[in-house]
Amino acid sequence: MSSLLDTPTAAPDAPAARPERRWRAALGLLPFALYFLVFLGGPLYFVISGAFTDADGRPTLGNLVASLMSPQYLLAFRQSLLLSAVTAVIGAVFGTFLAQAVLTARPRSPLRRTVSTASGVLAYFGGVPLAFAFIAALGQTGLATAWLRSAGIDLYASGFRIDSLTGLALTYVYFQIPLMVILITPALEGLLPQWREAAENLGASAWSYWRLVALPVLAPAFAGATLVLFGNAFAAYATALALTSGSIPLVPTAIASALSGNVLVGQANVGLALGLDMVVVIAIVMVAYLWLQRRAARWSRR
Amino acid sequence: MTRGRRWRVVVLALAALYFLVPLVASAEFSLRAPGGGYGVANYTRIAEDPVLLSALFTSLRIAVLTAVIVLLLVVPTAVWVRLRFPSLAAVLESATILPIVIPPVVMAAGIAFVQANLGGPVFRALFDSSTSALTPFYVILALPFAYRAVDNGLAAIPLRTLVEAARNLGAGMTTALVRVILPAIRSAVLGAAFLTLALVLGEIVIARILLYTDTFPIAVVETGRSAAGVSVALSLASLLLTWVLLLAVSFVGGRRRRSLRSRPSVRRRTP
Repeated sequence: MSSLLDTPTAAPDAPAARPERRWRAALGLLPFALYFLVFLGGPLYFVISGAFTDADGRPTLGNLVASLMSPQYLLAFRQSLLLSAVTAVIGAVFGTFLAQAVLTARPRSPLRRTVSTASGVLAYFGGVPLAFAFIAALGQTGLATAWLRSAGIDLYASGFRIDSLTGLALTYVYFQIPLMVILITPALEGLLPQWREAAENLGASAWSYWRLVALPVLAPAFAGATLVLFGNAFAAYATALALTSGSIPLVPTAIASALSGNVLVGQANVGLALGLDMVVVIAIVMVAYLWLQRRAARWSRR
Repeated sequence: MTRGRRWRVVVLALAALYFLVPLVASAEFSLRAPGGGYGVANYTRIAEDPVLLSALFTSLRIAVLTAVIVLLLVVPTAVWVRLRFPSLAAVLESATILPIVIPPVVMAAGIAFVQANLGGPVFRALFDSSTSALTPFYVILALPFAYRAVDNGLAAIPLRTLVEAARNLGAGMTTALVRVILPAIRSAVLGAAFLTLALVLGEIVIARILLYTDTFPIAVVETGRSAAGVSVALSLASLLLTWVLLLAVSFVGGRRRRSLRSRPSVRRRTP
């Protein structure tokens, strides 16, 4: 009897508390877990083991030291972190406004469908098409460049280039905002209308409702989503590769050129060490994200 | 209320400007003809260019294979987690965010190490062609959003009721999965498949580092060095194609859900 009470969610025909049944049920998760382990864990294992060995297979810390001390890699890290932080914050703020603006529309209106499907495509498409869209818009002969010139603003005379860090940031925001819309919409939907009504009945203005009720509730979800955006930009490379063909020093660029031996032969293990550095940064971001996610869940568990 | 409306209009207008200008500019750029004026030459180029055409077929093959493997992994697992391990749902939700942030370049670095240093029949078969080498890893990249899409689909149907009904009528678990659950979440499944297509048509990092240069996005970038107009045209076409497919799924799925909603007794929140 107590076993039934322990597992109220189990199907009645399957008393999941019986250990051998539960073990057999867990086998159902095995293919998924094994696939993750082999095809994600495998490459990560070789990155980590390669980062700690030299070209002849002897253990060393030299690669890691080189990846953290060489001025060229430090510059790459600084640029990557700056690019990720700036685009994450811009994407997060504007994405939240956009998500809220769309949420106030009717649930099945064309606007909501358009924005939610477009968010999916743009957030995950990334890479090549975006780069070409921005070349077409803001390249030397692009349409937007021409419009701005006819409006009296000559971008290229003021030193702008689409394959610069600014141009790259402008392109990254294009997939950061849609990802923020996807991530923050559930949290915005979790703001109950009753809270607003209660606040208004107590005499709160719209501003004080947002400042004292909605924003404190949203804060953990907002911060968590911003961290995912940061990780997303930090990990992204396809856009930079297509837009600049590797002329801006970013960590992924450094990894790619170390691997291909563009810099020096025998640098492949330094490339793996750089990869490990990236994984460590991402891991820190993810731990913070999971912690914030737990705090955000407090308000959605009803 | 009017003040509330005004910020909405401003936000939506800014978003429309920022998101539409590059698309409109792409359309204009792709329609430019070499000697001035406009034409569709950039779009028809793909039919005449054997390299681009075979690259497109390679990428479509990879996309289909990737989508099939992704769905085979994700649908049973998501159903199983909801039925038997509800307590694991939060863990899996967090785990599925992981590959969004695992840098493809780092994955590629690890795979390149294996490619360069390990031999044997298994690895030779794996790295034999771009299809066999890239598909398993594109599956990893596609898993997070596919899992999210399918899990959202499952949340919207009375999963436990459907499974119990099917089993009471004598269906095995596989039959219930294929003939009851899969049709009920078909729009989520199609959405996941089309996003996989989007991913495969946009991925160049792993393919480039592993030196498989015969995929469509790589061919598009290579073409862009000499004929930017063709690359812009193909990029825009693949972007719009995916979006239209997703939009169609969204409308079809929405119509079905509304008919479910009209019978409230059918809807039950699954734990």
